[in-house]
Amino acid sequence: MEHILSILIFFPLLAGILGFVVDKESAKAYGISVASVEFLLSLWLWMSFDTTYAGMQFSEFAPIISRFGISYNLGVDGISLFIVIMAALITLLGIILLDESKIANMKNMIVSLLFLEMTMVGVFLSLDAIIFYMFWELSLVPMLYLIGAWGGPTRVYAAVKFFLYTFAGSLVMLVGLLVIAYLYHLESGVWTFNLLDWYQLDLSVGLQFWLFLALFAGFAIKVPMFPFHTWLPHAHGQAPTIGSVILAAVLLKMGTYGFVRFSLPLFPDASVEMIPFIVILSIIMVIYTAMVAFAQKDMKQVIAYSSVSHMGIIMIGVFAMNAEGLGGSIFLMLSHGIVSGALFMLVGVIYERTGTKTMSKFGGLASVMPVYATVFGIMLMASVGLPLTIGFVGEFLVLLGFYHVSPIATILAGTTIIIGSIYMLSLFKKSFFGPVTNEKNRDLKDLNARELTALLPLVAIVIWLGVYPKPVLEPIDMSVKKLLVNMEYKARTAKAKETIISMQKVKEEK
Amino acid sequence: MLEPVKISLDALNLATLMPMLIAVAGGLVILTIDLIKENLHKSLYVMLTVLIILIDLGTTIGLNVNDRGFFDLMLVDGISIVTQILILVASVLFIPLALTSKRFHEYSYPEFFALFLFMLAGLQFMVSSDNLILIFIGLETSSLALYTLIALHNRHNSFEAAVKYFTMGALAAGFFTMGSAILYAISGSLELAQIADVLQLRMGDSGMLALMIGGASFLLAAFAFKLSLFPFHTWAPDVYEGASAPLAGYMSIVPKVAAFVVSMRIFDMFIKLNVEWIQISILIMAVVTMTLANIMALVQEDVKRMLAYSSISHAGFVMAAIAIATTKSNSAVFLYYGLFMFTNLGAFAMLWVSRHKHKIHHARFDHPYEKFAGMINIMPMGAVVMALFMLSLAGVPPFSVFWSKIYIMSAAVDIGMVWLAIVMGINSAISAYYYLKLVVYMFLKEPTAGINETTVYYNVSKPLMTVLGITVFVTVSSIFFVEPLLEYITHMVQISGY
Repeated sequence: MEHILSILIFFPLLAGILGFVVDKESAKAYGISVASVEFLLSLWLWMSFDTTYAGMQFSEFAPIISRFGISYNLGVDGISLFIVIMAALITLLGIILLDESKIANMKNMIVSLLFLEMTMVGVFLSLDAIIFYMFWELSLVPMLYLIGAWGGPTRVYAAVKFFLYTFAGSLVMLVGLLVIAYLYHLESGVWTFNLLDWYQLDLSVGLQFWLFLALFAGFAIKVPMFPFHTWLPHAHGQAPTIGSVILAAVLLKMGTYGFVRFSLPLFPDASVEMIPFIVILSIIMVIYTAMVAFAQKDMKQVIAYSSVSHMGIIMIGVFAMNAEGLGGSIFLMLSHGIVSGALFMLVGVIYERTGTKTMSKFGGLASVMPVYATVFGIMLMASVGLPLTIGFVGEFLVLLGFYHVSPIATILAGTTIIIGSIYMLSLFKKSFFGPVTNEKNRDLKDLNARELTALLPLVAIVIWLGVYPKPVLEPIDMSVKKLLVNMEYKARTAKAKETIISMQKVKEEK
Repeated sequence: MLEPVKISLDALNLATLMPMLIAVAGGLVILTIDLIKENLHKSLYVMLTVLIILIDLGTTIGLNVNDRGFFDLMLVDGISIVTQILILVASVLFIPLALTSKRFHEYSYPEFFALFLFMLAGLQFMVSSDNLILIFIGLETSSLALYTLIALHNRHNSFEAAVKYFTMGALAAGFFTMGSAILYAISGSLELAQIADVLQLRMGDSGMLALMIGGASFLLAAFAFKLSLFPFHTWAPDVYEGASAPLAGYMSIVPKVAAFVVSMRIFDMFIKLNVEWIQISILIMAVVTMTLANIMALVQEDVKRMLAYSSISHAGFVMAAIAIATTKSNSAVFLYYGLFMFTNLGAFAMLWVSRHKHKIHHARFDHPYEKFAGMINIMPMGAVVMALFMLSLAGVPPFSVFWSKIYIMSAAVDIGMVWLAIVMGINSAISAYYYLKLVVYMFLKEPTAGINETTVYYNVSKPLMTVLGITVFVTVSSIFFVEPLLEYITHMVQISGY
């Protein structure tokens, strides 16, 4: 299967187009079948992936606009492989969780989800800056529709805010990409947007700084970094369950992935220069949004803010400039995707039953819905970062990695575990323990088969990868080390060379 | 006694005139047919016009590049051919929009089609000459025909639009003459190439710079009227509103692309002479135009007026490319219109599909946003098509306008104007808001009472569907056309020396 990456990208697109023809009643079944095939394809990609090779695999290349250097260029390495698999998995489980009786226009939803899946997979597999940008922007459109059509009362406002915010940021990023292409053209006389070619480009520190900022505009809004995070709680608050799940699990990862794929290898010196700036923003993000999360009355908002808080940890890991931190942050991207996806699903489940997300309306749910409470508890523990859950591995590695850079910052970031457990446990206490305060909640039904099908695989993954993360960590580690070696090789300033700890140095120390 | 001048027919090189002659002859044929037999159905005229335009197109493609003719008045260089092709293709797409299922007054007159063809001839003259007088004649011929076409729509505000356009056009013509007169006074010639040579020699003379700037300013004002650039853009929204939807779409493309070619010829000369003042004022004009028009578009209640302001803003984008004046930016002008043409015509055609004779939706406007509310439930295909046009106009990849936008932005980056690229980026972001507004109405709102498929698909007919199909196809699959289009355009621009 040489063209598996193309198939992965365009199978959902084709299925989405054909989905227009499928009958309304069968739309969900169609969606599940397509998403399962896509997920199996992504698993096949993992099976045939050479875990001992760190570079790009399954590369595909076809020039599209050769005069301007735009080409269709795909590839996958350890960094993107698992994010793609997670995107396929989350889409599949999200579709399974959809309740046919509650959702009007199921067909439109399935079609837009399939389009969204195409753009998500496309972003992580593209190695051409313009094609990457294309999928990046296209992902906004189905998400706009998902939030705007099936969301809460102020859904249109939230959807438009989401779209415009990210669109504006990415246009600044686009200018940055054009500048890089121009600089490459100056250097070599060839127009290209091929990322792998760009990696060879030697930029002066001043230029790196400005270009870093230009790309930062696009990525930081997507992550979302403090103070650009304001669109996210709003979008989450209004989005339907499936929208929140995909937004938190996959779309936010595009931002951090952008930093890993573009900013770090293209501008090693600027990245090192910017560590204090990024870290200060990230720590504010971690602590401030965690506190905001604690102050929320709405269960979904708690999880939305905790999402932002965890993204801060991921950012810190990305800028740790060593294999533990960077590898850990990529693992954390996966674990956060799975855990926050599951938590949003769980909130969606209770919202479907009761029509409210306010915590004070619940209480004593554990006695009414024991299975639900157990699943919620496991996900909550994973979110807090309890050992033997998936959340622990990434968080620990990130903090360990960043300890080399700044112990104080690490300690500050580490408070996330404490504050995180405070707000998550208080959420759990308010909603699940104690007597049943709301009489209406007495005869709530526990999780049904549909919900269990969607949630149990996630529980299994949380525990499996929490206990034995090696199969995932190893390929990530390979590619991360290669990235760091390249960065160190490319770095111009002594400071940058010193800060970036690649594989070679570790060996020397040993 | 004067010697009779002897000219051989070969020296005239009549081939360069062929495309225009075909258009004029075609117009006369249509008038003659009307003389012989009255009350023929409009479809006959539509198809005849399409055929004539296609013959015209064939001749244009067959022209020799960089050919001169008719005492050197005609200059058929690469950009002239490219522009003529763009004009003719847009016309082929425009004319079938006359075949609506409901009868609209103006299209029942054969004169409409004859005037249309005369206008084409005027535009073709305008773009294939570097003689200021011939440019002027072409400009006026086409404009006069266009005023009449607008007025033929036979509505109260169509007359207003036509008169407004006419008055503004007359003022612009005045400016154009003044500018040409100044250039003639300092150079003794009306041919741009010769003017450039003389100006080059006399650059150092005292007072020369002031005269050059004066002449250029008059010409800039004249073209700013035609291109609806700030502060001469005020006529555009009213005229677009008064004209029928397809004609408004057509006006946002064809006369503009012709005017852009002429401004490229004129201002490229000044910029190459290093008259910085002109480059700066064009840039300021372009930036203010795109920003201001975008902000105005935000507050419009009518989709057609919104599209009018959006076309002004797009013209600002392209004007920036004229100021950049590199081969890349000049090619970007044609790439822009080559791709924008399909999307914009398509968007206006969608308005045309739903146009009623009476204003049933709003006291003043034909196309208020409310009319499109909930269109996804009423006519899903229509809503999707319109949304694609809107996303394309907003510059969402991979739809057509995105490619031309990044090409202009990249041209700006190449000469170090990163700020300009950022301004363009920010403007695209602003514009996304009002395009999105329509998408939001179509997809996320409930339909207003009394709107059903027949009210929205009121005008629909097979020819309209065909045109829409072509435009949406090009909009969506443009990623595959950009490569050959860009090759061809860049080649043509290069051999014309721009």
